Amino acid sequence: MWRYTLRRLIQGVITVWFIATATFMAMHAVPGDPLTSDKAVPAEIRANLEAKYGLDKPVFQQYLIYMGNLVRGDFGISFVQKNREVNDIIREHFPVSATLGILAIVFAGLGGVLWGALTALYRNRLPDVVIMFLVILGISVPSFVFAALGQLTLVNLNDLAGFSVLPVAGWGTVWHMLVPSLVLGLSTMAYLTRLMRSSMLEVVSSDFVRTARAKGLPPTRIFSKHQLRNAILPVITVLGPSIAAITTGGFVVELVFAIPGLGRYFVQAVQQLDYTVIMGTTVFYGAFLVLMVIIVDLLYGLIDPRMRLE
Amino acid sequence: MSDIANNQDDFTRSAGRQLAIFALSSIAGIALLMLGLSWASDLTSTGSGAGEAVDAATGTVTLVLNEEPPQLNSTKATDQVSMRVLGHVMEGLLRYDEDNRLVPGVAESWEIGPEEAVFHLREDARWSDGQPVTAHDFVFSWRTAVDPATASEYGFIMYAVKNAEAINRGELPVDALGVTAVDDRTLRVELERPIAYFDKLVAFVTYYPVREAFFEETGGRYGADADTLLYNGPFEITSWVHGASLRMEKNPHYWDQDRVHIQVLDHAYITQDPNAQLNLFKDGKIAYTTLTEENLNEALVQGWHLHRFMDGSVFFIEFNHREGRVTRNWHLRKAIQLALDPAELVYRVIKLPGYVPGESLFPIWLQGVESTLRQEYPAPTAQMDPEQARRHLAQAKQELGLAEIPPLVMLTGDNPISNKQSEYYQEQLKQVLGLDIRIDKQIFKQRLAKMTAGDFDLVLAGWGPDFDDPLTFGDLFASWNLNNRGRYDNPELDRWVRVAQSSTDPRARMDAFGEIQRIQFEDVVVLPNYERGIVYVEDPRIEGMVRRAVGPDPDFTNVRIVEGS
Repeated sequence: MWRYTLRRLIQGVITVWFIATATFMAMHAVPGDPLTSDKAVPAEIRANLEAKYGLDKPVFQQYLIYMGNLVRGDFGISFVQKNREVNDIIREHFPVSATLGILAIVFAGLGGVLWGALTALYRNRLPDVVIMFLVILGISVPSFVFAALGQLTLVNLNDLAGFSVLPVAGWGTVWHMLVPSLVLGLSTMAYLTRLMRSSMLEVVSSDFVRTARAKGLPPTRIFSKHQLRNAILPVITVLGPSIAAITTGGFVVELVFAIPGLGRYFVQAVQQLDYTVIMGTTVFYGAFLVLMVIIVDLLYGLIDPRMRLE
Repeated sequence: MSDIANNQDDFTRSAGRQLAIFALSSIAGIALLMLGLSWASDLTSTGSGAGEAVDAATGTVTLVLNEEPPQLNSTKATDQVSMRVLGHVMEGLLRYDEDNRLVPGVAESWEIGPEEAVFHLREDARWSDGQPVTAHDFVFSWRTAVDPATASEYGFIMYAVKNAEAINRGELPVDALGVTAVDDRTLRVELERPIAYFDKLVAFVTYYPVREAFFEETGGRYGADADTLLYNGPFEITSWVHGASLRMEKNPHYWDQDRVHIQVLDHAYITQDPNAQLNLFKDGKIAYTTLTEENLNEALVQGWHLHRFMDGSVFFIEFNHREGRVTRNWHLRKAIQLALDPAELVYRVIKLPGYVPGESLFPIWLQGVESTLRQEYPAPTAQMDPEQARRHLAQAKQELGLAEIPPLVMLTGDNPISNKQSEYYQEQLKQVLGLDIRIDKQIFKQRLAKMTAGDFDLVLAGWGPDFDDPLTFGDLFASWNLNNRGRYDNPELDRWVRVAQSSTDPRARMDAFGEIQRIQFEDVVVLPNYERGIVYVEDPRIEGMVRRAVGPDPDFTNVRIVEGS
């Protein structure tokens, strides 16, 4: 177990190093740099700026310096938000994104299990048909449409009620979290529902369920201990990658609902060629996702004893 | 058989009950989790306790910002959002009032001569900690702005002050700057050359004061947070949650208290999304928002009163005049000029109210001697003429010795209007002249990098004013101007630019601008497309918001809340 964990962690570090290197090289390969500005600056000032930020050195040397700082945990200072350290940006804004992400993943996970089990139970009957139709919708419609629709619904709801039922945008209270995290988790929930449904159907017709019934176990026990617990395994497997989908998909939701999350910085930095923020957020997200996948894999071993044998 | 079915139904019912219990406990769990998370997030950041758009009881107006202000250090600020914020919390020697006239700010009087300018500071100008604003604060901020170590992108706007350029280039020490504090309330400025618009320059952000002692205390973090800034304007920032909100309250130490009618300007939201802004406005949460073409219709359905405003910038097709480019050929440029019609672009393609077809490099709002520049010097315009255009094209091919003009690269930005525009031009030039246009779509900084490198034949570019004088547009295509990215080089134009720069006779300067406008048209330096307009809505309960092409915009400092509407 410990050896397995250690091996996975070492692999993870190599992955993150690769992500950092690839991003660094790609970033320097596109035309322009963070110092490119609307008003052209005289060559002397430009040289001052380059020297100040170390951009006058050869790219490989910059890379070595950057990696050195990275190992010490220093992401540098943003080129656009000129007074802010990237570490501060991550520290201040990641908790917001994480809050949104945790809620979304919980919504998606619990919802997926619930709807999946329900549709399997009522297979080919009305609840199944209705839910599966919504699931197709949830998978195929992109999140920015749901975000816009969700917000519009809030506006109309507040208008109808004559007072503010739920805030339309912003961040800070429980009420601000509800709709954005639902919207963010929606497509994952839809995906998990499908997965849960098919996994449930497979389990229902398996031998051990038949045995359990033949033994005369009470239905409640068969359903929860034999069916749900076994059917849930594939859902847990995809939770890891789902975290990736949700954290990177957070950008649109954060923009629409005016939420001060990290996703916004992640995307804007690329548009503004803000080198340090691009690197900081990419490496941070990369490391975070790698860690999540490792944790999910380890959790898998706890839930399914068969996996521990490997 | 029926027994089995019965059994099955029993199972379903029991399982359904279990799922219901599961669902209820999930909801309870999520509610608990949300409470926990909101408690935890309280520890990391405070959210916007935002109220209604307009609250007469507390004198609060709630607004949205397009983005987090990137730079609130006035000596380094370059972007519109930072300037908008700084315009509310800082004040320069002079400022623009609600009718966009220059009026006294920190300076109560001034004399500007050909060699020097003297500003007399008012006695009651105060920083937000109650200390007086002195001439030393200006000396310090001006020196900081031109210091090569600061590397301010707007350093060039100080070049009117003696030695500023040499200092900025690192040729002279910072204290050689021609600005001295004669005493606490007298600021003397030596000028590099006679300059007709120095009063307009000192209203600019880069010329705002900074108190040295306070600046040093912040240890390089001046302007990074609400408490690392000192304010001398109508408002002060009382809370700034990065990326989330920025709250301004009336500055009790501001000298002109009568001018400020509201207590709080709460920028409770930060988002660029136009639909999110529209929804917030619709929900009565913000008092102002601009509209895009997509959500204009919604505004009409709602029956809102639409306001129009021209933001002062001019957009044009810039040609690459570098050696070896086909666009260096005058006949080719002339052919393109005669094949296009800016009016069609604005009225049929862009279709946004507020936009005006471009006829000149100089926008229509610029002041001349007595009326506007454009009234005194009407812009020469070309009528679209396909016949004539094709004749010029034939001549161009002959001069260039080409059977066919190779495909032309049109560099453009990545936004809805640029997309429509470049596709329209592609189609139009193909139809009228048979020219192939390759559209090269780039995000902002990459487009700028390619422009600077000269990696284009045509580029869709634009220019916004820095100060309220035609020169802010007039020197754009001088051979030495680095913003002349097509590298147009014409000694005759350069000569007129020098006249406009150094003459103090208003008529002679305006004549020079008239000449620049003529050369720009006749030599087809650029092809003006449009002057940009903005459509916006504001809450009917506020009045007195000021829009301006030059200076902080929009300006809410004079806003008052009107009752009963």
